[in-house]
Amino acid sequence: MKKNLKNKLKNMTSYRKKSVLAYSIVILAFIIITIFDTLGFVTNSLYGQLVPICVYISLAVSLNLVVGISGELSLGHAGFMSIGAFAGVIASTVLQESVVVAMPRLFIAILVGGIIAGIAGVLIGIPVLRLRGDYLAIVTLAFGEIIRNVLNCIYIGMDEAGLRIATSAEKLGLDPINGKMILNGPMGATGIQKLATFTSGFILVLFTLFIVQNLINSKQGRAIMATRDNRIAAESIGLNVTNFKLTAFVTSAALAGMAGALFALNYSTVAPVKFNFNTSILILVFVVLGGMGNIVGSIISAAILTILPEALREFSDYRMLIYAIVLILVMLATNNLTFRAFIDKYIGKITRFLRPKKRNPDFPQKEEV
Amino acid sequence: MNRKGRHSSKEEINRNLKDFKGHSLIPERDIEDPPILEITNLGIDFGGLTAVNDFNMALGRTEIAGLIGPNGAGKTTIFNLLTKVYQPTRGTFLLDGKDTKGMNTIKINRAGIARTFQNIRLFDKLTVEENVKVGLHHEINYSLLSGMFRTPAYRDGEKDAHEHALDLLSIFDMTHLADAPAGSLPYGAQRRLEIIRALATNPKVLLLDEPAAGMNPSETAELMETIQDIRDRFQIAILLIEHDMNLVMGICEAIAVLNYGQIIAKGTPSEIQSNSLVIEAYLGKQKEV
Repeated sequence: MKKNLKNKLKNMTSYRKKSVLAYSIVILAFIIITIFDTLGFVTNSLYGQLVPICVYISLAVSLNLVVGISGELSLGHAGFMSIGAFAGVIASTVLQESVVVAMPRLFIAILVGGIIAGIAGVLIGIPVLRLRGDYLAIVTLAFGEIIRNVLNCIYIGMDEAGLRIATSAEKLGLDPINGKMILNGPMGATGIQKLATFTSGFILVLFTLFIVQNLINSKQGRAIMATRDNRIAAESIGLNVTNFKLTAFVTSAALAGMAGALFALNYSTVAPVKFNFNTSILILVFVVLGGMGNIVGSIISAAILTILPEALREFSDYRMLIYAIVLILVMLATNNLTFRAFIDKYIGKITRFLRPKKRNPDFPQKEEV
Repeated sequence: MNRKGRHSSKEEINRNLKDFKGHSLIPERDIEDPPILEITNLGIDFGGLTAVNDFNMALGRTEIAGLIGPNGAGKTTIFNLLTKVYQPTRGTFLLDGKDTKGMNTIKINRAGIARTFQNIRLFDKLTVEENVKVGLHHEINYSLLSGMFRTPAYRDGEKDAHEHALDLLSIFDMTHLADAPAGSLPYGAQRRLEIIRALATNPKVLLLDEPAAGMNPSETAELMETIQDIRDRFQIAILLIEHDMNLVMGICEAIAVLNYGQIIAKGTPSEIQSNSLVIEAYLGKQKEV
């Protein structure tokens, strides 16, 4: 039985090995935290962080699909997160009476968030993905900001007549007694019923991993990576580069929307300003620190970097300074050969299993024509 | 017009070939079928510079033809025109009887032209097998969603793709390298992998841009054999650019010589070797005494 499993592991491709590893880490972390929680070891501040950690892991993994796998720098991930967040809040508020049980309502809200963000991904992706490199980064940044600014001047309310949308609170003309404000311009969504739980966050992370890793292992995933490695060669073998970039972009946007919905339903108030450029950069930092295209790395770095600012609270004013120093040290350490050799020596067996197949760093990169 | 009939003598074939717009040499076995590629008056200008002018050629269904010429003669430009990396300024070409006007690189590949590159363009970070599977993309039948949710269609498709990829890799004895990253392969193996990847797209015409560049004589000899094997096995036409005259003269059934974007000679290897214009293009004019 044991030998059988060993053989099975041996026969897996490196991608399969890495996806099994990612699932195991997440499931193990969930079990450990649940046990600690029942034993009462989890502090209040950590408990409050559990859902955001799950959300940020999902965001990092989904952004990695665009940045690491399809090789395009996107700086507007928080924009899709915010679309999902507010779509989720609206769905949850509208369904408050018809779907009373929390879990299915949360499920529907997350689904709605994902779908709306996915649609936004298609609309933005079609013009944006015609660009390459720096231009694409700048335009995604602009779109992220546009989404936030548009949300800043949208007012949505609900009364007996149904949903109302306007550009100011007065124009909305809500019924003063029965009317309920859902989205209040720059104030954002207020009075949200908190639905998110750690378990739902855990399921969302698993779902994100499932989609992203299966996509990478499919023929579409290979085509996405091929267009990243060599655009001209990809076209020469009949792959429509823009289509595959769009597939990665939209999948990533939809997953970000789902994470955003869960994020919003974890708080009683969420303002559009929460989803600004800094949030996009924060998610990008998770991806870069964890390693481009490295899903396991994204999970670990998102979890640690979400906890870190809270854990550093005792340093008060110097908190962000220390955070920055830790970031730099981690980046230096992970690029240091001696440090890597040290890790290899002590956790040799595990890393040999985990490590991607050796690549020859001396082999010259081919230049674009 | 006796194009469809059997011909006995070479002179007769060549006389009949004048009927083709390209009046190129087509080997006897292909003469009954219409040519796979008919290029007429193809030309392209870059600004004021005429890179290729009045290029005419016909390629038989299972012909191996060579395109030679000094550096800068426009050989790779012709490949770029045939794969629609550039759109021609003048003229057009028919692929299997269909006009290719307005097609882009992607469509032309789907229609049946695959190529390799002079400066190798592999997907470096993917493994050898994955490189071939990317070439097989359109042969694998499952949707995006069945890939995302691992349906039985996905499993079947991947299993077939794996077998198909290994089968293609066996052409060049590369199955043992299947799991190696393409970027880590030695130069010669990268060139061979590029040919396999192009073959994976199921082409009718294979364009090879300097397939033997950087290979040693024994590797080149092996490559010559393999190119002929590929032609026999897949029954496709192969057009190649090459500077290695042993390879060109050894396997090409027809050769076109290009200089300054113009065809200066066309013929069988022996005709080309004795053509005074070709010798002049390569070696320069003999000084009159």
